[in-house]
Amino acid sequence: MTLSEIVESLSCEVFTGNDQLHMRVEFGCASDLMSDVLAFSQAGALLLTGLVNNQTVQTAYIAEIKAIVFVRGKKPSREVISLAQDKKIPLLGTPYSMYEACGLLYKKGLVPTMVCVPFKA
Amino acid sequence: MDKAFSQIYKIQGGNIYNAGKASTEIKSILKQLGINSFIIRRVAIAAYEAEMNVVMYAKHATMTFEVTPKQINIIVEDEGPGIADVSLAMQEGYSTATPEMREMGFGAGMGLPNIKRNSDSFKIESVVGKGIKLEIKININ
Repeated sequence: MTLSEIVESLSCEVFTGNDQLHMRVEFGCASDLMSDVLAFSQAGALLLTGLVNNQTVQTAYIAEIKAIVFVRGKKPSREVISLAQDKKIPLLGTPYSMYEACGLLYKKGLVPTMVCVPFKA
Repeated sequence: MDKAFSQIYKIQGGNIYNAGKASTEIKSILKQLGINSFIIRRVAIAAYEAEMNVVMYAKHATMTFEVTPKQINIIVEDEGPGIADVSLAMQEGYSTATPEMREMGFGAGMGLPNIKRNSDSFKIESVVGKGIKLEIKININ
């Protein structure tokens, strides 16, 4: 689905990336733990998170997350938005809770991506 | 073997908020060098986890980043408390993180295991009270 469709489905505010709303994402993941995003996400995913700081954007850049949706009405600071602009990662914000936002997107066909297979050191 | 590229980064411990500069720069360099994006992601994740570990636990470190025709090497040598029980730290979920680290989305006990998972060769040497040396190698082919 496109980011425009996500904006519509989740009543999103677009903090940055208005020019990238045609971007398509095929799968999503959700976590407040960036450690888990780094360990379990796949390149090209949409990330839903309640964590609104620089490390969310840095993690997204490192893990090749295509776009970020902040849940629970959280708003990024100007500094976070500017970092995202620099990395060309669209930032959206929805008033829905993480659970509801995931459910709505799942229902519309955005499939999961996290592969949480236990790893032995 | 000829070195195609080599760079040394200094990482300061303490400021979690702005951490990640070295690894994001490494990622940009690898993109410019035209390395396969699957490999870049593995290197970037390993480098970022290692950088975050320095910022969260050590005083400072040097991160040496090398690209050779066959592999990418990252060596991180920090000055800090070291790890008393390395095998415990290698277990997923084991963490000594502070609430501040957890607020930034880290400290889930995934760092070292995730570095190992993204590496083709991974070595860790720790001296308690002195520091840690990580050697990460990721094959290009």
